Amino acid sequence: MTQAAQIQEKGNQLAHGNKPGNWKEYFTFSTDHKVIGIQYLVTTFVFYLIGGVLATLVRTELATPESDFVSREVYNGLFTVHATVMIFLWIVPAATGGFGNYLIPLMIGARDMAFPRLNALAFWIIPPTGLMLMSSFLVGAPGAGWTSYPPLSLVSGKAGEMIWILSILLLGTSSILAAVNFIVTIFRMRVPGMGLNQMPLFCWAMLATSFLALIATPVLAGAMILLSFDLLIGTAFFNPTGGGDPVVYQHLFWFYSHPAVYIMILPIFGMISEIVSVHARKPIFGYKAIAYSSIAICGLGLIVWAHHMFTSGTPPWLRMFFMITTMVISVPTGIKIFSWLATLWGGKLDMSSALLFGMGFICLFVIGGISGVMTASVPFDIHVHDTYFIVAHLHYVLFGGSVFGLYGGFYHWFPKITGRMMNETWGKVHFWLTFIGFNLAFMPMHKLGMEGMNRRIAEYDPKFATLNLVCTIGAYLLAVSTLPFIVNATWSWVRGKPAGDNPWRALTLEWMTTSPPPVENFEVDPVLVTGPYDYGMGSRAKDVDVPFSEADDPALSAGPSSTLRAKPDPVVAANPSDRGTESHNRD
Amino acid sequence: MTTLDPAKLERNHHQADHLEASAHGDHPDHRIFGIIVFLVAEGMIFLGLFMAYLAFRTVAPTWPPEGTPKLELLLPGINTVILIGSSFVIHNADTAIKKNDVRGLRLWFGITAAMGAVFLVGQLYEYFHLEFGLTTNIFASTFYVLTGFHGLHVCFGLILILAVLWRSLKPNHYSSNNHFGVEAAEVYWHFVDVVWIILFLLLYII
Repeated sequence: MTQAAQIQEKGNQLAHGNKPGNWKEYFTFSTDHKVIGIQYLVTTFVFYLIGGVLATLVRTELATPESDFVSREVYNGLFTVHATVMIFLWIVPAATGGFGNYLIPLMIGARDMAFPRLNALAFWIIPPTGLMLMSSFLVGAPGAGWTSYPPLSLVSGKAGEMIWILSILLLGTSSILAAVNFIVTIFRMRVPGMGLNQMPLFCWAMLATSFLALIATPVLAGAMILLSFDLLIGTAFFNPTGGGDPVVYQHLFWFYSHPAVYIMILPIFGMISEIVSVHARKPIFGYKAIAYSSIAICGLGLIVWAHHMFTSGTPPWLRMFFMITTMVISVPTGIKIFSWLATLWGGKLDMSSALLFGMGFICLFVIGGISGVMTASVPFDIHVHDTYFIVAHLHYVLFGGSVFGLYGGFYHWFPKITGRMMNETWGKVHFWLTFIGFNLAFMPMHKLGMEGMNRRIAEYDPKFATLNLVCTIGAYLLAVSTLPFIVNATWSWVRGKPAGDNPWRALTLEWMTTSPPPVENFEVDPVLVTGPYDYGMGSRAKDVDVPFSEADDPALSAGPSSTLRAKPDPVVAANPSDRGTESHNRD
Repeated sequence: MTTLDPAKLERNHHQADHLEASAHGDHPDHRIFGIIVFLVAEGMIFLGLFMAYLAFRTVAPTWPPEGTPKLELLLPGINTVILIGSSFVIHNADTAIKKNDVRGLRLWFGITAAMGAVFLVGQLYEYFHLEFGLTTNIFASTFYVLTGFHGLHVCFGLILILAVLWRSLKPNHYSSNNHFGVEAAEVYWHFVDVVWIILFLLLYII
């Protein structure tokens, strides 16, 4: 047992006697942030499975060069809805709504979010909207890609496209409401004694994420409003024949959708900071560097969007500007990566499933990050634009990054959420299946893209057949890899080993209450006795490992508070009675 | 942050005892802060639409496109004066309720509501007398979408004001230390006003 965790737990009184509500509560308009967090996590995971089925269908079509499994129109619908579901119904709401809702009030020692009813409303927008989006398959799914560029989106099926626009508007509204809630909660509801610089890093990440969602999402709503006018009434905002300009849509769209990448990855960065530090038993390296680099990413993330439009006739001077800002944004990201590596360095890694996914995240995200720097450079981007290189890059960032991080989060916080441990063996099976399946599915796409295989087309040149088959096999493996997780999570939720309040000996406040926490989280307001990442403190310095008392040694014969000691330990000296005979610094 | 400080430990234990005494029943009001944060998002929708308007304008060879009838300035000018004036009027209501003067609140909110309604009627009058429709050309489309979207916000602000008026009829509903509704409606109304000033400058003046 580490000293810090012991002291932190001693400083806080655990709530008791408050049983969490029954299962029916999860189907109601509950205003408890923990219920809402679980509602988000379960709902979005179901959509993840739906999106995964769509992805598997896409890969089945691409197993052979001909368009033989589904028609081209259906194929267009499959990849469009796959991307929309994965982004708007899985990663964004799972990371912000799910983990954010569950953890933020606990981490800052609050009893709930600032606006609980608004919170419930933001969640309950999501399930009907998701069902509405699915229903578009009945009328002809939207087929213009998740970017929905006009004029393509105006000439493919009208009904499907309109359903898509409505879904995006509703999900955007939900995201904005959640962002308002997080900002007010984090600024106003921290427990006394917790300044911004004492917050866990996940809170910093959620603050940056919420700012991005608040500032960028409304612009997408503006674009959607204009697009629906073009679609339904026949205005010409994005139609050059009527004096409009399709590039304006691209600007508005990417002004949201590039920050959306950071909305999807910043909460994961925060979760990784927690996981790495706890499971390596080391203080986080560079707390302020990680915290402030989130804010830097938030600021820079708003001025890089046109790197998606290098081939859209963007003037050269503008391309140069966006190329430079895009490359600059890899600096705060790199700061985080190196801080995590430095945290892991020399740590006492417990190799739990959560840490495995955390380290898997770092590996894969670095690959996605490097291919991101490659595509930031204009000449290279012009070569690989709209090819499978981009598909590979975005999956390394969004799956290798976000989804691996979300899995890590599930393994790390499952004991807190359910009060039970997950099975570690099956967790490791899950990790290796996912890791191998992922790389098999997406690594070859880099080569395919460099050789010129276009994305978003149901057929391809037969010379790409072998690598595509490898990708498809990888995708199937990836589909199978979710099974151990689903079984493990379901089984552990019902029958898992009881976790106790703080199974990882962590220091942040969510572990300073019962598992699962009662309604209103804490019996008395929690206190910060240690910093959030003071792991392994004390035991690292050699001079405090001296035994408390030793009869043979004159310097130690009088016990821990002996003035003869070279360095009397102040904690022990103040209260030696409750420390036993062993050095409190020893594990 | 690098060592565990026993003094801090002691202080925090003490703080915990203190907090225990006053844990429940203490719910500070975050709602106005929430409204302001939400208005940032609202502002960004308008900013996006303004930017789109400026982009269309920059790309077009002539602006407004040839054949667009010139906009009449008199009526929108009067409308602008009315809307800006209403922002000063509504502020008097806030001053009144801070002095516990509910009658004053009703009076100033009533005048603001009337001014808002006049603005909306003026806007509709302008719509019906314009010589271009929504789909005439790109200028007409942006004109109607921008003013229409703003008009919706004025409508919503008007509903908020009327709701506050309705509630103020109940005795003791609003008082000098409990008037969130009044403040929220006022903040929203100022926001709608500021948006109109930018919109008026963009569409009519430059």
